[in-house]
Amino acid sequence: MPFLTLDRLDKSFNGNPVLRGLSLAVEKGEIVALLGPSGSGKTTALRMIAGFETPDRGRILIEDADVTPLPPERRRFGMVFQHYALFPHLTVGENVAFGLAGRSASRQETARRPQRVAEALALVDLPGFADRRVGEISGGQQQRVALARALAPEPRVLLLDEPLSNLDPALRERTRRELKSAIQRVGITTVLVTHEQEEAFHLGDRVAVLQDGVLHQVGSPEDLYERPATRFVATFVGRASSLPCVLEGDGAVWVPYPPGDAAGPVRWSAVRAPEAEGMGPGEEAALVVRPESLAFVAAGNPQALAGRVIERRYAGPVTYYQVALAPGGEVEVLAPSGVAAVGDSVRVAPEPRGPAPRIFRRNR
Amino acid sequence: MRRAPLLPALGLAALLAWLVGYPLLLTLLEALGGSKGWTLHWFGEFVHRPDEWLALWRSLWISAASVALAALVGIPLAFLFERTEFPGRRVLGAIVALPVALPPLVGVIAVLFLYGESGFVSRAVQALLRLEDPPWRLTGPIAILLVHAYSMYVYFYLFTRAGLARLDAALLEAAASLGAGRWRALFRVTLPLLRPALAGAALLTFMTALASFSAPYLFGGGFRVMTTQIIASKLNGEVALAQVETVMLAGLALLALGAMRRADRMVSVGTGVRGIAPARRQLRSPLARGAAGLFGWLLAALLLLPHAVLLLVSLVPAFTWTSEAFPPVLNLGNWKSLVTASEHMRPLVNSLWMGIVATALALAIGFAAARLASLRSDRMRGVLEGMIAIPWAVPGTVFAIALAATFSVNQPWLGRFVLIGTPVLLPLAYVVRDLPLTGRAALAGLRQLDPALEEAAASLGAGRWRRLTRVVLPLLRPALAAGAGLAFITALGDFIVSIVLYTFDTRPISIEILSNLRLQDLGMAAVYGVLLMLASAAAFLLWGQGEAR
Ligand SMILES: Nc1ncnc2c1ncn2[C@@H]1O[C@H](COP(=O)(O)OP(=O)(O)OP(=O)(O)O)[C@@H](O)[C@H]1O
Ligand SMILES: [Mg+2]
Repeated sequence: MPFLTLDRLDKSFNGNPVLRGLSLAVEKGEIVALLGPSGSGKTTALRMIAGFETPDRGRILIEDADVTPLPPERRRFGMVFQHYALFPHLTVGENVAFGLAGRSASRQETARRPQRVAEALALVDLPGFADRRVGEISGGQQQRVALARALAPEPRVLLLDEPLSNLDPALRERTRRELKSAIQRVGITTVLVTHEQEEAFHLGDRVAVLQDGVLHQVGSPEDLYERPATRFVATFVGRASSLPCVLEGDGAVWVPYPPGDAAGPVRWSAVRAPEAEGMGPGEEAALVVRPESLAFVAAGNPQALAGRVIERRYAGPVTYYQVALAPGGEVEVLAPSGVAAVGDSVRVAPEPRGPAPRIFRRNR
Repeated sequence: MRRAPLLPALGLAALLAWLVGYPLLLTLLEALGGSKGWTLHWFGEFVHRPDEWLALWRSLWISAASVALAALVGIPLAFLFERTEFPGRRVLGAIVALPVALPPLVGVIAVLFLYGESGFVSRAVQALLRLEDPPWRLTGPIAILLVHAYSMYVYFYLFTRAGLARLDAALLEAAASLGAGRWRALFRVTLPLLRPALAGAALLTFMTALASFSAPYLFGGGFRVMTTQIIASKLNGEVALAQVETVMLAGLALLALGAMRRADRMVSVGTGVRGIAPARRQLRSPLARGAAGLFGWLLAALLLLPHAVLLLVSLVPAFTWTSEAFPPVLNLGNWKSLVTASEHMRPLVNSLWMGIVATALALAIGFAAARLASLRSDRMRGVLEGMIAIPWAVPGTVFAIALAATFSVNQPWLGRFVLIGTPVLLPLAYVVRDLPLTGRAALAGLRQLDPALEEAAASLGAGRWRRLTRVVLPLLRPALAAGAGLAFITALGDFIVSIVLYTFDTRPISIEILSNLRLQDLGMAAVYGVLLMLASAAAFLLWGQGEAR
């Protein structure tokens, strides 16, 4: 049984739906990353789990218990805020101790408090920082204090809203690794929000992709990249180009379609993934292909589409080439650096070693 | 966050309505005849008497002229202190702003002792020219405007300085790179961007001048404005007419509040991006720097001279200074009598206890109202914020009359009790006058509070009460202290409300100053003036600290 369950959550603000039927099951000890573009409802979803917003419909469960009516202070969920929200009038130690004071402050607990503060600060690698003022420590250290503060009361679930977005890029990767190892050491069930794919892939055991308040797919990073469930996931997660196509019965497609003037459509065989069900021969669709699933080929290849390189994005040993196809449309091709220059005429064909191209309905 | 509970909000709104809205409403009803049958008779009376129109007109033009004069002093002063660098700039710049919290009555007697017919300047002129009589008498509109300019330039000074400090240097640099010279940049960029600040200062000055009572009362003589007209009608026993006048004055003030609200909205429209404030111009030539410095010092000296004079006069024993140009005897006798003579101590004690009680109550009510208003997003929020703001817009005279009328009848089921003549009414009136100061300070503080801090506390298990005491109140302390400081000095130095509502037992400092002046005991009046001056300086410093955070 999942530990944290979101059950068909709906939320709208002033009549604008922000979340639509969001359902998600998080296993105990699992880290789930909510990924989506700006305004997709990630923060709203997280704030609803924390109890700061009330869902219009739907329930939030911990194991079997419905926590939806509980106010935030009774949920025992720890939260790390985007701007950390450290109390500026308290020291680092007092911030971390804040959640320890609450309800059951027996004498024993009170006596153990300094020790627990020290443990929490040690966990985030900030031993001896207890007496510092919050304003005197760096952004990265503040981030870690916020984590220690959230973890100190031993919450049932840890929630993080864009925990790294406030750090400069140089610091971000290191802090990300530290964050991951701290969470893993505690083994806490975690939901985190991010709009960066790299962050979601690194931190999340599973990633949930949201767009306009709709959950598109939940899965491991490999699932999302290699087997995207929707056209949005395919293009939002990783790089991909989209071409119009027409399906054939035997797993082949004609691209690009409708045919352009000069070259005419080309038949790409064996690109049609078995998942593209419910679509029949002759139907128009969209073919979504990753740059590494395309290659430059010699003239005479029956699958070759003619085109011209219009842009290059150099990335060391490999380069991304933006190619305008002669029949219309653009694709991005990953190839060794130096094989083509801007303005060169090239031929593009599927590369079977990359992830298989995906077929989606036109309107999705 | 979850919404605040409705019941406490309703209770508080009812309390505020009883204290703030109800007396004003009753005044309006009674001006219309009220229990004795509806009539427009007294409004007709108002319309038909030329001296009423005259008072209304004078209130208007005096207020407008006060705005012009205050702007004339305050704006250049702000530019001088914000844009140039000269020795002593920081300290002088702060000192020049000190009178912002000074009770108006103190400003009036300070000007009186300096420029009045037996003040230092006129005595000096008289001695110099060997005149028989004082060279002038300080009465009428000129005297009122002098006092207003002296005390209200501070609004323009503070608003303009704040506006200048907020300006983005990049805008001026952009203007310069587009070829605009210094004057063009001033008129096309700086002043238009300062417009919201200037509009705010103008309206604040206008409202203060409209409500001004001390200066017209002491200097006006036969020149009556609305506030003094109301008191005169009341003293003549024409209570209903006084109430009509009160309604007219309140209406005028509320119109101005509407304009103020609009200006507030203008203020909040900004470029959105906040850059670095323009650097102070280092005057290059030593001559220019010296001139700017000298000008700054002279202006500051001129503005602060009355207050220094107050200190000097406090050392003059009663009846020792008759015809000499300079007081012949100076000693600490007046100050000592404060401790030795109980009748001198009494007003001080009265004002202190009433000030403390009123401040504490206004702080509690104002904070509670602000907190509940900030937690709710419905109409209740507007009601609470409005109730807090009204006593700030409505002149003190209006409230004095309204409270006197409300609490002179025993109708407990209508929320009316006989409080007039008891020591309860004056402190209650102070609470009403103080509410906007504490309430607005709390509102501003709460608005700046990051809501995530309270959410963080909640997610750490802190309930409503613990969030309030451990997070909200500690973080709001500077703002609340600032508001409380201003509230305390307002109650301590109040004259407007006191003159209508005081009893022998609650005789406050301002009334004592007035009777000292009548008895020609200038020294004792000055002692109280100096005390109020020190208290207001302390309140101002507290306020500055609250703002700085
Ligand atoms: N309190 C609120 N009142 C009204 N609208 C809101 C409120 N909170 C969020 N919204 C709206 O809901 C939508 C989703 O907001 P949300 O903050 O959840 O997005 P997000 O995915 O976190 O975006 P970002 O990556 O920019 O933080 C936005 O259109 C936002 O304007
Ligand atoms: Mg967000």
